[in-house]
Formats: sequence, structure tokens, C-alpha cells
Amino acid sequence: MSFKSRKIKFSISDLSLFYGDKQALFGVDLDILEQEVTALIGPSGCGKSSFLRCLNRMNDKIDNIQIKGQIALDGMDIYDRSLDIVRLRARVGMVFQKPNPFPKSIFDNVAYGPRIHGMANNAKDLDAIVHKSLQRAGLWDEVKDRLDNPGTGLSGGQQQRLCIARAIAVNPEVILMDEPCSALDPIATAKVEKLIDELREKLTIVIVTHNLQQAARVSQKVAFFHMGKIVEAGDTAEIFTNPKDERTQDYLTGRYG
Amino acid sequence: MTEKSSQHPSNFLTSKQLHKRRKAEQRFKAYGISTIIIVISVLLLLLTGIIFKGYSAFTKTEIALEIFYDPKVFKESIPKAILKMRDTGSLIRRALQKEFPDIKDSDEIRKALQLISPNARISLIRKVVEDPRLIGTTRLTWVSASDNINLFIKKPQQRKLPAYQRQLDDQKIAWIDQLRERKKLRQRFNVQFFTNGDSREPEQAGILGALMGSFYTMLVTLLLAFPIGIGAAIYLQEFAGKSRLISLLELNISNLAAVPSIIFGLLGLAVFLNFMDFPRSSALVGGMTLSLMTMPIIILAARAAIQAVPSSIREAAEGLGASRVQLVFHHIVPLAMPGILTGTILGMARALGESAPLLMIGMVAFVVDIPHTPLDPTTVLPVQIFSWLRNPEQGFIENTAAAIMVLLLFLILMNLAAIVFRKRFDHKW
Repeated sequence: MSFKSRKIKFSISDLSLFYGDKQALFGVDLDILEQEVTALIGPSGCGKSSFLRCLNRMNDKIDNIQIKGQIALDGMDIYDRSLDIVRLRARVGMVFQKPNPFPKSIFDNVAYGPRIHGMANNAKDLDAIVHKSLQRAGLWDEVKDRLDNPGTGLSGGQQQRLCIARAIAVNPEVILMDEPCSALDPIATAKVEKLIDELREKLTIVIVTHNLQQAARVSQKVAFFHMGKIVEAGDTAEIFTNPKDERTQDYLTGRYG
Repeated sequence: MTEKSSQHPSNFLTSKQLHKRRKAEQRFKAYGISTIIIVISVLLLLLTGIIFKGYSAFTKTEIALEIFYDPKVFKESIPKAILKMRDTGSLIRRALQKEFPDIKDSDEIRKALQLISPNARISLIRKVVEDPRLIGTTRLTWVSASDNINLFIKKPQQRKLPAYQRQLDDQKIAWIDQLRERKKLRQRFNVQFFTNGDSREPEQAGILGALMGSFYTMLVTLLLAFPIGIGAAIYLQEFAGKSRLISLLELNISNLAAVPSIIFGLLGLAVFLNFMDFPRSSALVGGMTLSLMTMPIIILAARAAIQAVPSSIREAAEGLGASRVQLVFHHIVPLAMPGILTGTILGMARALGESAPLLMIGMVAFVVDIPHTPLDPTTVLPVQIFSWLRNPEQGFIENTAAAIMVLLLFLILMNLAAIVFRKRFDHKW
């Protein structure tokens, strides 16, 4: 345990979200700390995925959506008019529930982000970025001989790690993960969890999960969502062993959800 | 006890009911198979009919004549000789007299001249233009037989008909038999059918003019309708968002795809010819008119294909910070391409077979010259088929069927090209 206090990466205050007339989030406040894994847990439809997607503005394009409140990344409001959404997404990457590699080669999948953001000056730089990203995602040894093969030809777990490699290739500060292991088998899940733990050293991770054991294994902080509100948030160990709110207790003991 | 066990779901269906179920399934299968058999047999009937009628157009009859290339006829410099068509006719007349010494009067010689295609005179001049050394010599020269002879050779059963039902009288038949005996009659592959433009003489009429016309028209249609159609589809699908105006626009595009094609012809006539004053009967105007008709089809197909791109791919690209334009051109369009191409080929195939709108803009004119640019007056394959069918000469019937075969071949080639392109763009996700 390090005692130096961690910086606040995301500061969310009074965030409300409406899909048309239906309100999905009710004045949510949460601070997300740097170099930690924050797990968002809660029953289906409680608003945790909607919340996650606000953090890199993936919700913007939905019809009739209305977002109120403030989300600050390193003190900068991400819904500010002057903010460029492309640069925000380069800083805040995302991994989705279902592995979604592009129907291109493994190399091109990882190289796509660096290419569109102009991160490599020449082919050698790009090779180095791809190599490093695949290595960090723990996939290099498995795919180094077949970088030209289509990414869609890998197994489910490999595909998801490829998607993580693709996300970290643009060197983001935060990675948002929306139930990244729900489509994977236990062995692949274990690999991804190990990877999440390693990535934490360099970046901040926010993960939505339905798997409470997973939340307990990988996260340092937990936020429990219920009916569009955060009922309880805090250190993972604290919440799992000593939940203060009755609803948290009921959820963790499997009484609903 | 037995009553109770019948409550178990596996006992709900008696073997009789199961039998009924299976029967229903088999019946449905039988319906499906019989419809396919009907469709295939109709198609086969159509194809064999056309091929049976048209295959003979690919051969033609030629007659050999001892032509004396009279220096008097070709005395001037060669281009001027072209003007003296009647004089080459005299060469043929002399050759015929030599061939059939029993010809007595001018009536008979006129009858003998009817054995030979009127265009033979031009072909003699062409021979001299190609090789001036022919002048002053006598050569055995193969010239096209006339339409009636051509048909008679191809359908010998005519011989058995009574004289008043025949196109040829006894004397002509006798001459033909003589020529055949002397080995001065032959059947050749009809090269001219593929190298000539239209003609009033069925044995000289060729498909090349209409083929080139169709090619240029399709080219113009594709160059206009494909980029504009895809552009419109991308804009409507990815950038336009939702508003009253946009949904009105969408509704109208769907309606446009169902508008009768002759209406587009009227539009082309009013706008492209009367208002913009583009060259009449040209492939350019034809292509522009057909592109109006094809565009809504391409837009609809492209929008459906774009919509079918999985949202996970969109999210992946957006999550990496791809801009809207990058998302569209790096991911959406390549993934939608197979669907877009399918729609385009469907639209183009419809345009290729279209004749009504082209009649409105004057592409039904009789054009002998083969078009060299999209601005030249021309006709297209379906209109050519239509024009030939209207001609009274028997020989045009086989030409019509042959032209239909060429049109079908063109269509098959286009579809093959589409399949090849689609294979190249195909991928899994």
C-alpha cells in the first residue's frame, strides 16, 4: 500500500441523464482516482453503462439524449464546447462488451488508432507501437507470426485482448471497460483480469461488471449503482466486507440483481 | 394413472399429430420445389426459343463471282470511285452474265442481280481501296448473297412449298443449285453482324453500333449514378440526422425508385434536350436519363447496406477517436461495399434493358454509323431489338433473336463482374 495520495482523474458532479422523458441517472457524484481500477456494479438497468459512456461522450449521438451536470477530466470539463471530442477519445479509450476487432489484419487493428492520430512518423515507429501494445496486452507471443491474419480469426479471448491492445496503442490515460469479460470463458477472463491489474500501473481503469467476484478481484474502488443513483462508493475491501447501505448488502448477498 | 401421464408435454402430441406435422412440412417443400421447376422450365423455354430463332444470324451466305475489276470503272483516283456505285453494279452484272450464259433479257438479269446483296457493290469498292492492284484483273470474289437467298439456304424446307408461298421462284432456285454444284456458294461466320452498324438490308445489319451505344450509355449512367448515389446514401444515413425535411426526402427517394421509366424519358426530353440543348440521340443524354432512374435504386441499396454495418464496428472506431469522415470512409463504406455493388448492378441491369425512356430522347433513330464518343448519335441494344422487330424483312427476325442473345450475354457479363467485385470486398465480422 502506498501512502501517497492519488490524484483525482475524473471528477463527476451532479450528473443527470435523460433518454427523452425517461431519466436514467439522478445527480450522480463520483471521483475516480488515477492508477486505480474503479468497478461499477449494480443490477441491470441501473444506469452504470450509461454513466460509463458519458465519460468519453459515447452517448452524444443517441437521439433525444440530454445530459446535465459536470464531468471534469484533470479539471477540464469534457462537455465544454471548446473540447475536441477526437482528442478526448484519444485520452479516454474504450473496450466493449463484445470483442469488436475491425475486419482487418491484426497489425492494422492495433495500428489504426496511431495512424489516425498521426502518432507514428514512419513505418518503423508504427511497428514499434504495435509491438509494444500487443506486448502490453499479453498477446504478442500468440500472434507475432501472423500479424497479417485477420483479427476476426482469433479466439474470443484473444480478440478481446486485441481490442485492449488497440485501445492502449493510442496511449490513453483512462480506459473504460463495459463488461469486457461477459463474452469470455473463465481462462480468457483470468488473462484479461491479469492484464487489467498490470495496466493499472500506468493508467486509470473504469470497469462495469456484473461479476461481483471480478469486481472484488480487480478493483480498488467500487461504486454501487441502483435505480440511476450511486448508493454507496468506496474502497473495494470496505464495501465488500462491510457495506453500510442495506441495498448494497442485499445486492452483494445475492438477494436481487 | 394413464390420464395423468398424458399431461406430460411429450405426450401432448400423438403420433397422428406428429404425422400431420411432418406431412405439412413435406407439402411445403413440394410447393417450393415445384415453383423452382416452373421458373427454370419457363427460363429454358425462353432461352431455347431465342437461341433456336437467332443462331442462324451468326452465319451468312456468300456467292463467288468472277469479277473483272474494270479499269474504266476505277480509272479515277480511289476516293472518287466510291461515288460511282452504279458502275460497280455493272461489274456484278457482267460477272453474273458470265456465270449464267443462259440469261437472255434484262428481266432475267435483274432477277439474277437479286441474288446478290445490294451492299456487294460497296464491298467491291472497299476491296479496291484496300488493294489497288486488283484493278485490271479478274478475280474470283466472294460477295454477300441477298436476304432471300440467305434465308433459303438456312431453311431449305422452303423448297417444298408451292411457288406462290415461296420468296424465290423456280429459276432462282435453279441458279442457286447451279452455284452450289460449282462450289460457288458458301456459309460463313457472320463477322459483319459484330462489326457493322445498322442497315436496311438484314444481311448487312450489325449489332456493333447498338453495342457501343449501350456501352457508352452504361458508362455515363455508372459514372453519374454510382458516386452521386453513394454520396447521397452516406449523407442521409450518417450525417443528415433526423428532421421533417429529411424524412420527406427519404420518402420521395423511395417513391422515385417506383416511378415508371417513361416519365424519366419525358424529363430527359424536357430538361436535357429542350432546355440544356445536349446532342439528341446521344449516349450522353441516354446515360443521364437512365442515371436518374438508377440513382434511387442505388441510394436505397446503399442505405440498407450502410445500415447493416454492425454498430460494434462504429463504436470501435468512435471509441478510438475516429472522426465522422474517418469512420465513414475507413470502415462503413468498405464494409457496405458488397451490398452497395449488388444494388448498383441491379440498377444497371435494369437500365441496360430499358428502352422506353430512350425512345423519348430520340435514341430510336436509324443510325448506321458506329458511335465513337458518347456525343455521337446512337441507339442501344433494347431499342435496336425493338427497331429490327418492326422491319418487314424476314431476315430481321433472326437478327432480332441474335441481338437478344447479345443483350443477355452483356447482362451475364455484368453480373459476373459484380460477383468478382463483391468477392474482392467480402469479409467476415
